[in-house]
Amino acid sequence: MGDNEKRIKVLIAKPGLDGHDRGGKVVAQALKEAGMEVIYSGLHRTIDQIINTAIQEDVDVIGLSIMTGAHIPITQKLMEKIRQKGITDKMVLVGGVIPSRDIPKLKEIGVAGVFPGGTPLAETIEFIKNNVKKA
Amino acid sequence: MAVARYIKDEKDQIIDVIYESGIHVKPSYSPSDLAAIGFDYEKDLADPGNYPYTRGIHPLGYRSRAWTTRQYTGFGTPQETNERFKLMISHGQTGLNVAFDLPTQMGYDSDDEMAEGEVGRVGMAVDTLRDFEIAFKDIRLDKIGSGLTINAVASIMLAMYQAVAEKYGYDPKVISATPQNDILKEMIGRGAWIFPVEPAVKLIGDTIEYSMKVLPRTNPVSVCGYHIRESGATPAQEIAFAILIANAYIDNVIARGYDVDDFVGRFSFNLNVFGNMWEQIAKFRAARKLWARNLKERYGVKKPQNLFLRGLFGGGGYGLTKAQPENNIMRGAYYALVAALSGAQTTALCSYDEAYTIPTPHSALISLRTLQLLMDEVGLRDTVDPLAGSYFIETITKQMEQKIEEEMFKIESYGGIIKAVADGYAQRMVARQAYEVEKGIESGELLKVGVNIYKEGESMEVELHEYNYESAEKQIESLKQVKRERSSSEVARTLKALENATREGKNVMPYLVDCCKAYATLGEMTGVFRQIFGEFQEPSLF
Repeated sequence: MGDNEKRIKVLIAKPGLDGHDRGGKVVAQALKEAGMEVIYSGLHRTIDQIINTAIQEDVDVIGLSIMTGAHIPITQKLMEKIRQKGITDKMVLVGGVIPSRDIPKLKEIGVAGVFPGGTPLAETIEFIKNNVKKA
Repeated sequence: MAVARYIKDEKDQIIDVIYESGIHVKPSYSPSDLAAIGFDYEKDLADPGNYPYTRGIHPLGYRSRAWTTRQYTGFGTPQETNERFKLMISHGQTGLNVAFDLPTQMGYDSDDEMAEGEVGRVGMAVDTLRDFEIAFKDIRLDKIGSGLTINAVASIMLAMYQAVAEKYGYDPKVISATPQNDILKEMIGRGAWIFPVEPAVKLIGDTIEYSMKVLPRTNPVSVCGYHIRESGATPAQEIAFAILIANAYIDNVIARGYDVDDFVGRFSFNLNVFGNMWEQIAKFRAARKLWARNLKERYGVKKPQNLFLRGLFGGGGYGLTKAQPENNIMRGAYYALVAALSGAQTTALCSYDEAYTIPTPHSALISLRTLQLLMDEVGLRDTVDPLAGSYFIETITKQMEQKIEEEMFKIESYGGIIKAVADGYAQRMVARQAYEVEKGIESGELLKVGVNIYKEGESMEVELHEYNYESAEKQIESLKQVKRERSSSEVARTLKALENATREGKNVMPYLVDCCKAYATLGEMTGVFRQIFGEFQEPSLF
């Protein structure tokens, strides 16, 4: 990937009330070190706040970090709003405590990639670099 | 800051060992190492039960009393929680440790839009006193203590605990609650904060002041280095932050004109056990010594029993792995051994499935049995501080003491813990360290069995505690019923009194107790605070 290409812009977001942000912050630091522009949402964000930040900052990727087990309803809600706002060009990723049986369900909902806790950072970085849609 | 690592030569021989806190370990230790650090038995150790309490706070340790086991429990509705409490008590558990769901931790009622999908998910939902009446029904509140894992709204939950005890005929003087009530660590690590730093610390001061007068057997603050460590801090940072945070709460109460000896004896600590076992043991021994010295030298504490670092040493959540989850049962046993060798007064163990979810009854029981067999079967009650006098342990205990002091100095040079948390300096330190650890695991510098070494072996889907939509609906229905039955004028009156007291800067605790007794909801009480205090603005990560 050449230096003159547009930097990939990623929003790492913590939806809902959960405060476990170690994983999200680790991924944010790794993506930044891999040359991406990273915005970390901070905790306790609503879906609307996440969507608004994604639009205002014109990010390429929205990465949700979810540890509570509520990944399916939260992601469903986000994907609905994404369609409503017409920003389906943004790639949505989910990380956190995700049982493997839920991964196909998340992909059905429209998530591009799922990275449960323990996924090597390099795998997430490569996935984004290879799959992000260039404007 | 370093990641724990082993430097090896081409023949796989270890040539250096470096602990997370930065201590280098030698191939062997001898009396000359103790001489080199100026080791002095009376000054550095002393007998168990003697200042500086490195060897433990009690002369007889577990001989006089085994540790208290306090597995984290709390599910869905108050009814389910009550059943689980009784089950754990019948299994021999000696204290309760209540888990609350996220809406409760964040001060939202179960019918709030923000609570959707989270009611009862990671613990018990509490909206009003009615929920506590159900959860604590037939529990002897004069005999069994309750840890309340709640922080931002700990003042409200403590008030509710008093209200339920009084309702069941107990004198507040005999009940013993241990609310976690450590908001600074929430801001550094666990994330369940609501209000900005200063009013949040003031609320903690209120609970300490109030407990001194009304709830003398209550431990109003449990300072949690635990979650700071879970979030990435090194063992040395864990203790450094915990001591500085405790000092921030002490300063708040001293500023109200109290003598530190009148309240600090009720402080307790919640500290973590995962990581290299020697480093953890040195950490706990150094922590007891530094806390006692901090209180004696910085605050002039006079009563010996007020110098004790009393604590729950346990958990170990971050050390557990999602890969090959049954290995976590063995990890838990080693972590529990560390806690026992370190003289923990209270303990609890993360269950093997916690990398996935809150524990199932089966996994919680395995954890409890792990703790019980250390005390009753393999000999951890035999003698106090069995590792004392080891050239190695005493050397690294002293080195650990220095590492902790270096970390304390960094924060104090920055301007103190309150400023470090408000500005995000502390959070960035911890996040940076978490990232270093992750890179260490990925590079193989930091070995994790099943993760980056010995990866072959069976994997399994852990049995998940499923979210129960029906329980959530039942909880909302029960809240509606309470709202229909309560006296709305009494609710309005008590909430107005709370609002006035809050604006006037008074101690809010008696007003909260009145609100609870009137069946005001958690969300209504928190709403009063939100309106007056506003919310914490999270500082930037980068």
